[in-house]
Amino acid sequence: MTDSKYFTTTKKGEIFELKAELNSDKKEKKKEAVKKVIASMTVGKDVSALFPDVVNCMQTDNLELKKLVYLYLMNYAKSQPDMAIMAVNTFVKDCEDPNPLIRALAVRTMGCIRVDKITEYLCEPLRKCLKDEDPYVRKTAAVCVAKLHDINAQLVEDQGFLDTLKDLISDSNPMVVANAVAALSEIAESHPSSNLLDLNPQSINKLLTALNECTEWGQIFILDCLANYTPKDDREAQSICERVTPRLSHANSAVVLSAVKVLMKFMEMLSKDLDYYGTLLKKLAPPLVTLLSAEPELQYVALRNINLIVQKRPEILKHEMKVFFVKYNDPIYVKLEKLDIMIRLASQANIAQVLAELKEYATEVDVDFVRKAVRAIGRCAIKVEQSAERCVSTLLDLIQTKVNYVVQEAIVVIKDIFRKYPNKYESVIATLCENLDSLDEPEARAAMIWIVGEYAERIDNADELLESFLEGFHDESTQVQLQLLTAIVKLFLKKPTETQELVQQVLSLATQDSDNPDLRDRGYIYWRLLSTDPVAAKEVVLAEKPLISEETDLIEPTLLDELICYIGTLASVYHKPPSAFVEGGRGVVHKSLPPRTASSESAESPETAPTGAPPGEQPDVIPAQGDLLGDLLNLDLGPPVSGPPLATSSVQMGAVDLLGGGLDSLMGDEPEGIGGTNFVAPPTAAVPANLGAPIGSGLSDLFDLTSGVGTLSGSYVAPKAVWLPAMKAKGLEISGTFTRQVGSISMDLQLTNKALQVMTDFAIQFNRNSFGLAPAAPLQVHAPLSPNQTVEISLPLSTVGSVMKMEPLNNLQVAVKNNIDVFYFSTLYPLHILFVEDGKMDRQMFLATWKDIPNENEAQFQIRDCPLNAEAASSKLQSSNIFTVAKRNVEGQDMLYQSLKLTNGIWVLAELRIQPGNPSCTLSLKCRAPEVSQHVYQAYETILKN
Amino acid sequence: MIHSLFLINSSGDIFLEKHWKSVVSRSVCDYFFEAQERATEAENVPPVIPTPHHYLLSVYRHKIFFVAVIQTEVPPLFVIEFLHRVVDTFQDYFGVCSEPVIKDNVVVVYEVLEEMLDNGFPLATESNILKELIKPPTILRTVVNTITGSTNVGDQLPTGQLSVVPWRRTGVKYTNNEAYFDVIEEIDAIIDKSGSTITAEIQGVIDSCVKLTGMPDLTLSFMNPRLLDDVSFHPCVRFKRWESERILSFIPPDGNFRLLSYHVSAQNLVAIPVYVKHNISFRDSSSLGRFEITVGPKQTMGKTIEGVTVTSQMPKGVLNMSLTPSQGTHTFDPVTKMLSWDVGKINPQKLPSLKGTMSLQAGASKPDENPTINLQFKIQQLAISGLKVNRLDMYGEKYKPFKGIKYMTKAGKFQVRT
Repeated sequence: MTDSKYFTTTKKGEIFELKAELNSDKKEKKKEAVKKVIASMTVGKDVSALFPDVVNCMQTDNLELKKLVYLYLMNYAKSQPDMAIMAVNTFVKDCEDPNPLIRALAVRTMGCIRVDKITEYLCEPLRKCLKDEDPYVRKTAAVCVAKLHDINAQLVEDQGFLDTLKDLISDSNPMVVANAVAALSEIAESHPSSNLLDLNPQSINKLLTALNECTEWGQIFILDCLANYTPKDDREAQSICERVTPRLSHANSAVVLSAVKVLMKFMEMLSKDLDYYGTLLKKLAPPLVTLLSAEPELQYVALRNINLIVQKRPEILKHEMKVFFVKYNDPIYVKLEKLDIMIRLASQANIAQVLAELKEYATEVDVDFVRKAVRAIGRCAIKVEQSAERCVSTLLDLIQTKVNYVVQEAIVVIKDIFRKYPNKYESVIATLCENLDSLDEPEARAAMIWIVGEYAERIDNADELLESFLEGFHDESTQVQLQLLTAIVKLFLKKPTETQELVQQVLSLATQDSDNPDLRDRGYIYWRLLSTDPVAAKEVVLAEKPLISEETDLIEPTLLDELICYIGTLASVYHKPPSAFVEGGRGVVHKSLPPRTASSESAESPETAPTGAPPGEQPDVIPAQGDLLGDLLNLDLGPPVSGPPLATSSVQMGAVDLLGGGLDSLMGDEPEGIGGTNFVAPPTAAVPANLGAPIGSGLSDLFDLTSGVGTLSGSYVAPKAVWLPAMKAKGLEISGTFTRQVGSISMDLQLTNKALQVMTDFAIQFNRNSFGLAPAAPLQVHAPLSPNQTVEISLPLSTVGSVMKMEPLNNLQVAVKNNIDVFYFSTLYPLHILFVEDGKMDRQMFLATWKDIPNENEAQFQIRDCPLNAEAASSKLQSSNIFTVAKRNVEGQDMLYQSLKLTNGIWVLAELRIQPGNPSCTLSLKCRAPEVSQHVYQAYETILKN
Repeated sequence: MIHSLFLINSSGDIFLEKHWKSVVSRSVCDYFFEAQERATEAENVPPVIPTPHHYLLSVYRHKIFFVAVIQTEVPPLFVIEFLHRVVDTFQDYFGVCSEPVIKDNVVVVYEVLEEMLDNGFPLATESNILKELIKPPTILRTVVNTITGSTNVGDQLPTGQLSVVPWRRTGVKYTNNEAYFDVIEEIDAIIDKSGSTITAEIQGVIDSCVKLTGMPDLTLSFMNPRLLDDVSFHPCVRFKRWESERILSFIPPDGNFRLLSYHVSAQNLVAIPVYVKHNISFRDSSSLGRFEITVGPKQTMGKTIEGVTVTSQMPKGVLNMSLTPSQGTHTFDPVTKMLSWDVGKINPQKLPSLKGTMSLQAGASKPDENPTINLQFKIQQLAISGLKVNRLDMYGEKYKPFKGIKYMTKAGKFQVRT
């Protein structure tokens, strides 16, 4: 007797009959009927019409029947929300049942029903179940919080379930711990910024203890959670590694890979001289090899990850080449991955074996695989110089087989070998030319044409060969057309006498008969070069080519480091960071490897904070370009010029200004608030960055002298902070700070190229901001920035840009452009860079103004831990343009009355009360624009504490 | 986590769907069907397929695709491991895992799937525990159920669920207490044209069947534990004890389970027990090719090689083959070009051989590829790596169990290139 009987129907109509059976008095019949309903549901039939009848069967003490009804409810409650309410009472009752199995089942099922009214009733039972005495109920309830969060995140937060869930991490039962971690991880994924899994050494210890005792799936959750932790020093990293290593012997491959992730990440912190480092490296190889004996699907994921691991730490698997040899009945997706790793592991020591294998593969049946194998031979030649000769002869053997796609593939790679080892293997050209006719793929044709053009002087009938291609010029793909054009020009430059006609022909084909702009442009360039200066043409066209690099297909180091943090995830399968493909762009937190810190070092310098700082402290990167679209109109990348634009800079502007026309708006906007009664230092206009120290206004210098304090040192400068991490800007890292020196503001930038390619064409632009900050000169990076190079630039700023109130007030949104892309980030500037040098108010004036400003504009702040006396504070503040107007002593307290003025003419008056012996002082601020007070206070605090 | 599961047969019908969160329309499988069409064979369907809103992760076993749908970043190995576990569980429950069997037991399947995952999080995947929650169908039980009206769903919390030994239920009772261990080694090897070994490794497992009363605590020691340097254990094995003493100490699950699997890759430790002499030649401008293979024993430690079968995928150009075996039977399928020869035992005095001619397409050039020969064989009473169990002891219980150890060597992926 099997369940297939549930599928048989009668003529009367299935639903009708089921209805009758569901309402039957006999228990047995009822149960059979529910089973039939479930059976129909599993194959996708719609049985929602039976909802009330099935729900009626719910109140029963028969557990199987109950489970079946629950199964049905989960599937259909959404479509019948009103009916689903009928079930609530039974659920609530079941949550109190003495049998823990029923309690757990009820809370579990309720969480699966995505109907608001049911969710409301869920909160109370869930709260109880989270504290249930039975761990089975607790662990079920933990998962239920995640479900509820998915339905109604706000409710979960309001009800405080998240805190209860966090408490469960310290539960005595390892299974409860594992489920709590799993639930928190899932919730955290939709709230990347929330610090739900706030890990500290204590909680790590609890997780590590639970790790040994929970189920395999729980181990995966815990290991993935551990991988997000940044140990404070190498000792902690080592002790975690030691406790994670036993997981490498687990039978579940997902556990193994998650453990590998933790180890790969924490290894980064260990010193390479450590004995333990070597031991760990040795321990990593066997489990990775073992993954390759699992089912093919698991092998595939493992291989994709091994590909990353091999790039990061080639030493782990360098002796394991043989396990990557391909078996002929491996699925194709496994074969291709194995091949990739073989090339990565190829070295002088094993190249003979590898080549023999590759040659074997080149005779297999699967075309894709054979092609890749042939290409792999070429890559080996380029990677291992000693093997190049053997590779070339192997390729020639393969060309002899005359198998069409093998020949074509071989020619493509031989072209690369020629480029890597010029003037070494050209003897094979004759053999290649024999196969000219069989080439039908664009890439192979283009490669062959390149070879003929490049070595035209050695091929007697080069002109004939190229001419034969020219006949069908218009039917060729663009790739071939471009190559043919170049090759014929090369040929002409080498043998001008015989080929004049040919070159004429190709130039006219390219320029007149083609509608491909690339081809036309290239044609015109050659034409003009040849007609104006053939010598120069020769220098250009036949210039020495840069060598091609050894390793192809390497992942960029910054991306690789990020991907190492994602071992075992989808990101590792696609070799893309999750931000590149995760649905809906749920803000994904970028992960980075922890920096190497020795414990002794970190004890001395607590500042060496891990780069993986909590997201809150990370510089804000403006999330989506879409939000900024409106602002972008004012955010062009040309250097904005204040005052009369200099001729030179406007020329440059034409070159860089891609977005066009922000100039007028900048010119039109007179800085607001300037031009009051007091003298204003003119903003330093258009100071070229390369002139070194910006020239200050002579007048304000004088002013400084009269005030009697040398402000040459300038105001306080914060240390540089990373504004734009390399990961978010395709390898460009920007850190910087703001300075104010002798009346001029500048932005000190440090640009680092962490990508693999050279960066050029830098430009910078600011969005409109509260104080009209704008670059006073273009961003000048003199030489292209090569990989791993860093330049320091001081960018002078003016305060005459267009004004728009920002939130927060001192927010500055910046766009930086280079040859790769445009990047956006935002940063907060300290307000004291805006304090002008003539901010000292007359005593009488001060008194009058203080009275004049209404009291509700007064703000009071406490500055703690600032054990300075009045003298020291006063002189410190003065160097940042906060001037002491008067000083008096009231009841043993020093009162300093101070004034400062912002670049836009806003005056701020302050009263600073310092009590000798008390480290904190009180600051009262009065200003007509009270919104600046908060930021002025922050400026005070920074200045006084540094 | 895991959102939904679809079971798809080889003709592309979705015959079962299960959702653990909201319902995902089955049209999501269209992306899978596309990939299936692109792949020439079912085995070649990529295991991870992205779609605009979901990811499809699949495994192919018993001619059924098990396709899991996920929406967020989930470790793919986690999902694939889980899918394999589902297949294992079905097999355990119903003896075989096939479309008709799943359809016949659809309600049990559904109940089991519901127990295995909650909201996409694995709940109970140990078949020991599942069987306590939902009893596997047996003819006897269905009869009893219909008479007494009892059900096949357990109403007690499975005892193993939360204990420190979640893999074992309490209160186990047997009249005959027995513990059997099978040491099974598979040789994966690639042998090149000239007969030298390119790669050879051993995948070994110890499969156990333990039926012991109460809470027995077992230790198993080996004569040569140093062989085992790359091992994966069942969660029951105490890892610390293994690291320090090289002894397997564990409280076993009840019934069948895999105690450990290991991997021996050091070339000198892997003996190759058979050799294949082959002479397969095609000639240009001739429509006949010669074919001759002989199989013989190499390092067998005096044991007989049995159950030998030879299969080979012949090149497309081969139209037919006319062969005579010295023993056993052979077939050649002219459509799939698959040659298979069921040899049986190898008698070292009279080596089995298969000789004859191949007829090729007239006028066609000789095939580009050389056929690879696939070998299957079995050797009883031998673990080719030399691994030997020293002794098995039981603590914690008073009775004397019956103990048994069996060794066997098999060919895994054993390929000979020609």
